Amino acid sequence: MSAVPASRQPGLRPRYRLRRALAEAASVMLGLALLIWSLIPVYNMLLVALDPKEGETEFAGVIWPPEPSLESFRVVLIGGYWFIEQFWHKFGNSLYIGLSTMFLTMLIGSLASFALARTRLSKVRLLTGAPLLTYAIPATFLVIPFYRVMHVYGLTDNVWAVIVADVTFATPYAILILQQYAKLIPMEIDEAARVDGASPPQVYLRIYLPLMTPALAAVGTYALLFAWNEYLYQYLLLSSTRNMTVGVAIAQFFDADEAPWNYMMAAAIVYALPPIVIFYALRRYMTAGLTMGGVKG
Amino acid sequence: MSATQEVLAAVPVAASRPRRPLWRRYLHVSELAWAIAFIAPYAAMFLAFVIHPLVYGFWIAHEPSLYVELASDPNYVRTVINTVLFVGFAVNAKMFLALLLSGFFMRRRWWIKVLLFVYILPWALPAIPAFVSFHWMLIGEQGFLNSLLSALFGIEGPLWFNNRWLALGSDIVSYVWKWMPFWTVVFLAGRMAIPQEIYEAADMDGATGWRRFVHVVFPLLANMYLVCTLLSTLWTVGDFTTVYLVSGGAPALSTEVLATLGFHYAFDTARPSLGVAAVVSTLPVLIPIAIMLMRRLQTREVQL
Repeated sequence: MSAVPASRQPGLRPRYRLRRALAEAASVMLGLALLIWSLIPVYNMLLVALDPKEGETEFAGVIWPPEPSLESFRVVLIGGYWFIEQFWHKFGNSLYIGLSTMFLTMLIGSLASFALARTRLSKVRLLTGAPLLTYAIPATFLVIPFYRVMHVYGLTDNVWAVIVADVTFATPYAILILQQYAKLIPMEIDEAARVDGASPPQVYLRIYLPLMTPALAAVGTYALLFAWNEYLYQYLLLSSTRNMTVGVAIAQFFDADEAPWNYMMAAAIVYALPPIVIFYALRRYMTAGLTMGGVKG
Repeated sequence: MSATQEVLAAVPVAASRPRRPLWRRYLHVSELAWAIAFIAPYAAMFLAFVIHPLVYGFWIAHEPSLYVELASDPNYVRTVINTVLFVGFAVNAKMFLALLLSGFFMRRRWWIKVLLFVYILPWALPAIPAFVSFHWMLIGEQGFLNSLLSALFGIEGPLWFNNRWLALGSDIVSYVWKWMPFWTVVFLAGRMAIPQEIYEAADMDGATGWRRFVHVVFPLLANMYLVCTLLSTLWTVGDFTTVYLVSGGAPALSTEVLATLGFHYAFDTARPSLGVAAVVSTLPVLIPIAIMLMRRLQTREVQL
């Protein structure tokens, strides 16, 4: 493969050709290294999950599943072990939290970014960067008072407590991305619509939202993954089995000394599938949403 | 489009003088009202779920004696060192490698596109399964990594979680693994936004490879790199999941970071005020970073 690009261009001097071949070989090596680096933890998940009996692959020095079987997946899907009881119900909770966070972040983020990027408020400098100040206090640092405040709001052991926490901490980045992307849309389009008699909500619905689609997809995926990655708030704010999520159920296995790790890994793999599917489906929009026009510095 | 532009151009002429100020004033007042209405949901959320817990947090952690207690706790001092190391190494390694790799992924080969598809998998993989997998890969004498080392190279791997520095290193590597693809794609987007003509001009002047990176690409991306590093620093300081799930603070709570230590004080030893105080003690560092980030974003056009 390394000789192909060089041979396409006749008349290159041998030394130059050698250098190109070496560069190509080096990039193939780097590519292989990256492939191994990215896949090792994923392979390890499969290795443990495909083990039919607990304790055969882990800690046994095995690097290839001795007798691969989908038994642990079957147990997870029917919820046949007490840590993963009602697996589909917990899965539903995770999905509900993830999708609500995604939708609310897109809604609140797009409304706020419209106000900050397209109206007179954009001239108030102090305001445009204010959402970022939330990051001066990381989400995990706020969890102790947040836990108590949720009692005050009557949201104890309620999935909405987790949803509002996720939305609160996902929105600043969403606003940032949307604000930057909005700079690509010429103000003249808004002004023309306003002259034609459109009210601000109409401009928002008919012009702003359709033109912002790539950035909204990027922000939505970001929010979904944020909710799916988040562990601490789910763990602290949801206590009953009825409201528990799969993420918390997986980490529960650590509490037991002799837990069936193959079930845990199988549950982890099933849990990882929805965001992976959504992520790869929206990947094209995502890169477009992150691109944000030219690099001016 | 051209029709609307004509209308736009005609507007100042068409509007008669005495009526215009009234019309404009009316528009601006209603526009401001609408703008406030648009920002209201976010503002309400900010007040209820950031300001309220924040004020409450300050209130329960306002006693100076708590900070004296913290400063004399060897656990806290060690945790601060761990946090500085974790954030310093993880953020810089991740951002620098992401910047270099984004250049690698700019190459136009079919297999690089396929590789990018696999390379961003850690970003799509949720943190809990990913870090649980890292934990199982490293724990014990016969974890997967040690099995691999002995099968391929005949090396006895160490007990990763029995040594503070190896355990902290494992946390850092896991964190870099999870988040490097995200920043690589951000930088890739930044590089793609550089006009092709600039590359061509650099090529004409003989700047290729390393020299092109140092003299052309990096100056163009420098501001973006700084903004991303600041943002990533704030996110990494608050990271709980990595240390909690990968090393779990092992051995003997020696690899705690502030996010997990605050949690332990509050929920394992039932000292919430001490937990909040541990967290509040970072604000003198975090607030200037956030302000720097804010100002960076306002003074220049930055693309993320």
